[in-house]
Amino acid sequence: MPKLTIDGREIEVEAGTTIIQAADLLGIEIPRFCYHERLAIAGNCRMCLVEVEKMPKPAASCAMPVGEGMVVKTNTPAVRKARQGVMEFLLLNHPLDCPICDQGGECDLQDQAMAYGSDKNRCQEGKRAVPDKDYGPLVQTMMTRCIQCTRCVRFISEIAGTPVLGGLGRGEHLEISRYVNAAVSSELSGNLIDLCPVGALTNKPASYTYRAWELKKTESVDAMDALGSAIRVDTRGNEVIRILPRVAEDVNEEWLSDRSRFACDGLKRQRLDKPYVRKDGKLVPATWNEAFAAIAAKVKAAGTKVAAIAGDQADAETMVAYKDLLAALGSQAVDCRQDGAKLDASVRASYLFNSTAAGIEEADALLIVGSNPRKENPVLNARIRKRWQKGGFKVARIGHKGDLTYKYEHLGDDASILKAVAEGKHPFFEVLKNAKKPALIIGQGALSRADGAVLLGLARKLADAAGLVRDGWNGFNVLHTAAARVGGLDLGFVPGQGWRDVDHIVDGAHKGDIQVLFLIGADEVDMKALGEAFVVYQGSHGDAGAHRADVILPGAAYTEKSATFVNLEGRAQQTRLAVFPPGEAKEDWRIVRALSEALGKPLPYDSLKAVRERLAKASPVFAAIGQVVPAAWGAAFGAEGSLGDGALVSNVDNFYQTDPISRASKTMAECTAAFGGGCNHKHKKTGTHG
Amino acid sequence: MSNHSYEPESFAFTPEYLEKAKAFIAKYPAGRQQSAVMPLLDLAQRQEGWVSRAAMEVIAEMLDMAPIRVEEVATFYTMYNRKPVGTFHVQVCTNLPCMLRGSDDVVAAAKATLGVEFGDMTGDGKFTLSEVECLGACVNAPMMQINDDYYEDLTAESTKAVLEAFKRGETPKPGPQNGRQFSCPAGGPTALTELKFEGGKA
Ligand code: SF4
Ligand code: FES
Ligand code: FES
Repeated sequence: MPKLTIDGREIEVEAGTTIIQAADLLGIEIPRFCYHERLAIAGNCRMCLVEVEKMPKPAASCAMPVGEGMVVKTNTPAVRKARQGVMEFLLLNHPLDCPICDQGGECDLQDQAMAYGSDKNRCQEGKRAVPDKDYGPLVQTMMTRCIQCTRCVRFISEIAGTPVLGGLGRGEHLEISRYVNAAVSSELSGNLIDLCPVGALTNKPASYTYRAWELKKTESVDAMDALGSAIRVDTRGNEVIRILPRVAEDVNEEWLSDRSRFACDGLKRQRLDKPYVRKDGKLVPATWNEAFAAIAAKVKAAGTKVAAIAGDQADAETMVAYKDLLAALGSQAVDCRQDGAKLDASVRASYLFNSTAAGIEEADALLIVGSNPRKENPVLNARIRKRWQKGGFKVARIGHKGDLTYKYEHLGDDASILKAVAEGKHPFFEVLKNAKKPALIIGQGALSRADGAVLLGLARKLADAAGLVRDGWNGFNVLHTAAARVGGLDLGFVPGQGWRDVDHIVDGAHKGDIQVLFLIGADEVDMKALGEAFVVYQGSHGDAGAHRADVILPGAAYTEKSATFVNLEGRAQQTRLAVFPPGEAKEDWRIVRALSEALGKPLPYDSLKAVRERLAKASPVFAAIGQVVPAAWGAAFGAEGSLGDGALVSNVDNFYQTDPISRASKTMAECTAAFGGGCNHKHKKTGTHG
Repeated sequence: MSNHSYEPESFAFTPEYLEKAKAFIAKYPAGRQQSAVMPLLDLAQRQEGWVSRAAMEVIAEMLDMAPIRVEEVATFYTMYNRKPVGTFHVQVCTNLPCMLRGSDDVVAAAKATLGVEFGDMTGDGKFTLSEVECLGACVNAPMMQINDDYYEDLTAESTKAVLEAFKRGETPKPGPQNGRQFSCPAGGPTALTELKFEGGKA
């Protein structure tokens, strides 16, 4: 391993490391525009020049591999002069419109110009102007500001896998452009905004509404999909202005999906901000006490004929409180699988993404069953793509045939193929068997079918037969789409022995056997099938559930409370309150606590700390915040039986609108109109996309 | 970049060009076939006179690369024509050496003889006049390139003469137009005019 000295400090690094990386390790700052640690090296901006002893000219530190005994200086008059020269060239054609630029205050170019810029312009010529490009409803372009670092080009080609951007023309005429009429519809396109070091690409929905320095920044966790990406919620007053990713190497690296980033305008629309009670067929505003009284009257009459269904964004605190409340009422008819997925809560390994998100990068063979990871979890899909790019990775898919941004063998879409693979009758079985770290991903599209339990059983059979679980490796992965799901299963928000599951709850409501039904942000249930049941909807948005409800209890969205979610890997994480819930809406578990009082069954906890202690008792997972608690393989799961007909499809049709928040979002509606359901960057010969 | 009306709906290599294209692709190791993008663009241009979007897409498909990658190459090199050109593409160099040697006169003569400005095509579709950077023939400056041939050591008169000849359907002899051989000194050799060997033998 070569040893070198940077600014008098010695460091030993792996061969192949570049000078800038070595300097980063030492905490020595070198300015940069084009270099980005997750993208290929371009070496085209020249801002990172340093002096290397025995080299005649300054070297671009991002592209220069270290050598044994190298002596690097990053802060000499010569280096400063060189960088000043680079800066002068960068600013030659830059409009310097910082006062009206959304990037102002968080712009790399602005910052570096403070250090290396001149206050005078020696150039007499006019500046060039570049026409703006249409990148769709999410990314605003101001191409005159572009410094041609090509980070956006590299991101969209390398990470997102939808190569529609490029540098056209040369020299003075070089323009970053998209391929003619090809939509920039990657599900990860928002990351372009973060990557662009200047204000050429900015947040379109939020444009001209904020200055970076007036926003309050709250570090939190995403609940728009099951990955639980680390996010930062930027707010002003009581309004969420934008959501950005944070670095979390094991979870989302530093990417965020477009829905998680841009659905935040949905947090301001369609909100339930006061309790409602249905009177004479109409929902009318009520006080909390009136709402509770109305529920109490019905619950009393219902006896044990009460049930609860948790939706996809219900937090663990609320679920455990409801579980306890219903138990106090004598019912164990609770379910967190509103889509009817045949997940088995009793064997934890049967419902986790066991390899972990980062672990999928170690797999060398992968079978995807009944899932479209690109639509269900674009950030996780980018990991799979990252693995695929390294080569030596065989991927096959049973299900819909579409572009996943990496090549795979399409085995067909019939469930019987999984059976053939599991029984070793399909050639891909050998591929899995002979791989060092084989993996399987099974999606909710498969598990929520009527024969979901059989498919789960087959997946288990395959896992055992092909050795998906080996020493130090568990390649059995369930890809969830609901942020609430794993937490719900971990705390046991599933029917007790002999109690109704979601299908039977709905059926019972229809037949009058369930008289009071609590919907905890559950909007995906067939509302028309609920018969005469008295429906209490607790949630944040006026979606399907609220329309059917007899009482509405206004709750908080994930940005408005401190709440626990367990991600698909089995990693418990907590959101933080960034803004207060609107109007009279309250933190969800507190609503349940108050309700329990009104029902005469007060819950034995009345502080967040106490609820969390209760959670930790339900499962130790909740005590290990931020950590993946691995699950033991072992007990069998799934069922045997015959397979149904019909193709295996993903449960996500439109990536942009999957839940009450994104359905309330105008931006997401615009994306749906512009891009359809996502995943369609393919160019047609006529130049239109579709 | 929008779709221009002159962009054709489709493109296909003729069997003869397709053969050549395949030969180029075969020159590169498996998985590196994208290296053939430049020769393929050139073939498309030889077939059609320019590189259309349809052609770029066909090439992208053949080489398994994103169309934008092909467009990047095609727009980076100015020698690929991104719009239709006349039968004769007249490219006049105006870089420094040529300019010092009188390319202004060549330009004026070319514009006057053809009756078009830089970037334009004549009405009959025969000539397109372009301004280009150094073509590497500075020793014979000023010069212009017409299709694959260089016409060098030009003056206003010889420029006119060459272009008029093309107009008449003739193909004037390429190379220096002032009588010198290649880049030998104008007016005959100035060194090594006599042979002298060691030992005084002539
Ligand atoms: S748009 Fe931004 S990221 Fe893309 S090349 Fe220009 S400056 Fe770089
Ligand atoms: S950061 Fe090194 S050249 Fe751009
Ligand atoms: S300058 Fe004209 S050929 Fe070189």
